[in-house]
Amino acid sequence: MAKITASVFTSHVPAIGAALDLGKSNEPYWQPVFKGYEFSKQWMKENKPDVIFLVFNDHATAFSLEMIPTFAIGCAAEFQPADEGWGPRPVPKVIGHPELAAHIAQSVIQDDFDLTIVNKMDVDHGLTVPLSLMCGQPDAWPCPVIPFAVNVVQYPVPSGQRCFNLGKAIRKAVESYDQDLNVHIWGTGGMSHQLQGARAGLINKTFDNNFLDRLIADPAGQAAVPHIDYVREAGSEGIELVMWLIARGAMADVAGGKPPKVAHRFYHVPASNTAVGHLILENN
Amino acid sequence: MALDKPYLDVPGTTIFDAEQSRKGYHLNQFCMSLMKAANRERFKADERAYLDEWPMTEEQKQGVLTRDLNRCIAAGGNIYFLAKIGATDGKSFQYMAASMTGMTQDEYAAMMLAGGRSAEGNRYVGEKKESQ
Repeated sequence: MAKITASVFTSHVPAIGAALDLGKSNEPYWQPVFKGYEFSKQWMKENKPDVIFLVFNDHATAFSLEMIPTFAIGCAAEFQPADEGWGPRPVPKVIGHPELAAHIAQSVIQDDFDLTIVNKMDVDHGLTVPLSLMCGQPDAWPCPVIPFAVNVVQYPVPSGQRCFNLGKAIRKAVESYDQDLNVHIWGTGGMSHQLQGARAGLINKTFDNNFLDRLIADPAGQAAVPHIDYVREAGSEGIELVMWLIARGAMADVAGGKPPKVAHRFYHVPASNTAVGHLILENN
Repeated sequence: MALDKPYLDVPGTTIFDAEQSRKGYHLNQFCMSLMKAANRERFKADERAYLDEWPMTEEQKQGVLTRDLNRCIAAGGNIYFLAKIGATDGKSFQYMAASMTGMTQDEYAAMMLAGGRSAEGNRYVGEKKESQ
């Protein structure tokens, strides 16, 4: 039986990917960011999953305004790193897991979540930066990845509650898969940031750290927080944090199990325009 | 009955909702076209002629030509799409962000290094004179 053993949460700031790709990770500006992930890279080696279910959002890359799926599951055999206007990032292509992805799609749609099935999609920094932060610069990513894209670009985005409930349905789907697989679920994006208008540059450390506390200890309570609180307190792009609730909803304690172990926690301001947050939670 | 839009009183912020997306469809799709190198070259060669190929409003075209991102956003633009104009110009995202705040890029970068713009006084329209 497949099992979700851990969840990983991280910001996916594009400038982090650029810093790594351009060899700037030792510069004083970037050192503290990458230092926060040293533990994580070692942890990934010691806790190598068979599959990563990676929740992220597309940033007007694979999806223009022609089609805007709220939830899209990548069921392809592979996904190419996207050209976001500067050429594709020099990172390995992403190998999918079509069998598990199809199984999850079937199960989650029957649980009343209307997923869009995507069989062709380039993946942007939202997906590749978390892989780089957690895995460094390998020739190939350590395992297959199921990309799961959430619309957080055009409002209304899904509510925190809906994301949390979706996480529960994903957990149920994974656990009904016959093959023995160690699955990690990652929630990415955030933390506080605003990229537009006169209020651009907004950062809210208090909000972010309360969010981290509550995501660990009271995820159901955090799931009830309405969009407007994220927009007002964490910036218009801080709304990406709802994606973390999908990964959190898939953890064992939400389904009556034990609380997860906090293996790692990190927070830093700034990376370009954004607050960087990171958590690793292990199911006990 | 009017829809509930509780985000309209957040200062210096335009939420890209279904209405803004409808208004900005062609503007944003124009931006999307700049993902292709050949289109970037054609745009750079004659911006006005390239824009005239799109059924955009004159206000949207002027917003692009003057690189006034706040004007583009008011006309339905979304920052992730508009960022492709900056990429075409070879400008960093931080340059674009600064341009919307009335700060220089250096001032903006210094604000971010010092911990970013505080939420204090920036939650509701009318709380503070600046940033509105």
